[in-house]
Amino acid sequence: MRSPELLRHAWAVASKDLLVELRSRTAIVSVATFVVLVLMVFNFGRDQTAVSNVDLAPSILWVTFTFAAILALNRAFQIELENQALDGLLLAPIDRGSIYLGKLIANLIFVATIEVIGLPLIALFFNVRVLVAPLVMVIALATVGFVAVGTLFSAMTVRTRFAELLLPVLLLPFMILPLRWAALATGLLLAGRPLSEVQGWLNMLAVYDVVFVVLAILLFPATVNE
Amino acid sequence: MLRAEGLSHRFGAIRALDDVSFSVQPGQTLAVFGPNGAGKTTLLRVLAGLIQPQRGRADVVGGRRAIGWIGHQPQLYAQLTVRENLGFWASLYDVAPPAELIARLGLEAHVDRPVRALSRGLVQRVAIARALVHDPTVLLLDEPFTGLDRVAAEALSRLLGRHAAAGRASVLVTHNVEEGTGLATDVAFMRAGRFVHFAPRAGRGAAQVAEEYRNAIA
Amino acid sequence: MTHLRVGRWITAVALLLLAGVYVRALAYTPVEASQGFAQKIFYLHVPAAIWAETAMIFVGLASIVYLFTKDPRLDRFAASSAEVGTVFCAIVLTTGPIWGKPIWGTWWSWDARLTFTLFLFLLYVGYLLLRSAVPDPGARARFAAVLGICGMCEVPFIHLSVYMFPTLHPMPIVLQPGRPKLPGSMLTTWLFSLGVFTLLYVGFVVQRYAVSYLREQLEVTEQ
Repeated sequence: MRSPELLRHAWAVASKDLLVELRSRTAIVSVATFVVLVLMVFNFGRDQTAVSNVDLAPSILWVTFTFAAILALNRAFQIELENQALDGLLLAPIDRGSIYLGKLIANLIFVATIEVIGLPLIALFFNVRVLVAPLVMVIALATVGFVAVGTLFSAMTVRTRFAELLLPVLLLPFMILPLRWAALATGLLLAGRPLSEVQGWLNMLAVYDVVFVVLAILLFPATVNE
Repeated sequence: MLRAEGLSHRFGAIRALDDVSFSVQPGQTLAVFGPNGAGKTTLLRVLAGLIQPQRGRADVVGGRRAIGWIGHQPQLYAQLTVRENLGFWASLYDVAPPAELIARLGLEAHVDRPVRALSRGLVQRVAIARALVHDPTVLLLDEPFTGLDRVAAEALSRLLGRHAAAGRASVLVTHNVEEGTGLATDVAFMRAGRFVHFAPRAGRGAAQVAEEYRNAIA
Repeated sequence: MTHLRVGRWITAVALLLLAGVYVRALAYTPVEASQGFAQKIFYLHVPAAIWAETAMIFVGLASIVYLFTKDPRLDRFAASSAEVGTVFCAIVLTTGPIWGKPIWGTWWSWDARLTFTLFLFLLYVGYLLLRSAVPDPGARARFAAVLGICGMCEVPFIHLSVYMFPTLHPMPIVLQPGRPKLPGSMLTTWLFSLGVFTLLYVGFVVQRYAVSYLREQLEVTEQ
């Protein structure tokens, strides 16, 4: 396996996925709408006098992104099953790893798009300053971790009964840890603390990312090789 | 060009392949007939390397790059255009999408239309183009004529004829003896995961093969 | 059939010894000064917790070897270990609050250790749900192995997290560097209990293994 080839094929898979997404647009529009609705639920589902915005903002941010990401991940492998295109991918003389990486890249771009839509909305609705560079880093690190695991799991759940239900049940136990670190870091950053105070959480997130991305690349072939 | 040795595979309690061995030489077209559930699709998937057999081995000269697969699913993305689809699959083989192939299948007028807007017959022709995009030397065909309209079926027959004439090999599996016999140089009958008959066609016509098939399977 | 019988015997012996653990814990082990009688639950809680986690490690290890060898016995073992791990998690999750009520004054606290046992429990449940959602045995084994390996790799992160968060939970007193700070007779009772739980784990797993083997044989003959 030569790595430029691996990346070229991965990019071919990813750009194809994004093109499909761009053509249909329904997925991104519905997830974006979903984000707005979740934010509204948060706004109306709490006592606004009891909890201050800045205290609640990290939870709002992460709960919203978590559920939006799960919605997005559910359809990652759906398009490959529609016309049995997955068989075509498996038959092509490309490394299994490049199929996974391609899916991962496409999912990351998709979830990042949701986050780019969601962040300003959170800032707007809840009047918190979210557009700070360290926070973007926290979000990026946490997103890579759970999207990596989610992409791997969706390759399995898509071929089971109750796929939409099973993915969150399998994925959430793996999301809660990075989510918790990210939420704590987010809280500190929103409260105006310096980057040095969240360095520990960033390190944890980075280690989690590396471990699970490598693991997912190694394990992905087992989900598709009969 | 293609060799299967002692292939056995089961799905849980179901025995899909039971000690199947054969080889296919350049220029040969093997037609495997069998009822539903006889293990035909499993055989083809094992030959393609999509299933690792529990016992035995299958070798295709040239590996995955040499294999072209035509199944009953088109393996196309409905939202993408014909050009984008063929371009994507070609990029996985590191080749350019062959304009000549598009012309031969009469698809020039449709290259910029999304696949979901095409008629069934056209989709099938695109699917054939997709399978041939990398100029494969071994074709694996799973019920290739099922649901094909007349134009697509003729295009496929011509392609298979040319493929064999160029000294390349094909394996086609189907339950429809009438459709498969004409193209075959060799004929096999499959039942419950086993080859119960495997011989050159040797001038036998479709009616004769169908008669023998009924006797062998009954 | 023999596996099943062996498993039943081991389990029977282990259950009998478990009663012995309790006789010893209640009658022959001193009452701990600060926690009083509630501390007795520790002899059940901690060994169960240790085996709940170890079972996940075994699931992961068996899964790794399964992906290389495709030996169905390893898949059966992983499934059995996960089932038993689920039960042990349930023991931890029920004994924890029973102890927590008199000591912490609340049934449940989102304490890191209790929370992460809950994670472990949910990991197991997810694993078993995934198994039940895949009809083809080959795919089921592969998918379960992938999830099992991920689960095993999650365990160290759970541990790290436990030590990074402020917690109400008593720090480990048996497995810590240096000399255990547990009085001799308590340590003996605890070690006895750990041995019994090991036996229980083995007994349960052997039984579950035998049952799943028989079920597979039944599927084959029904065909």
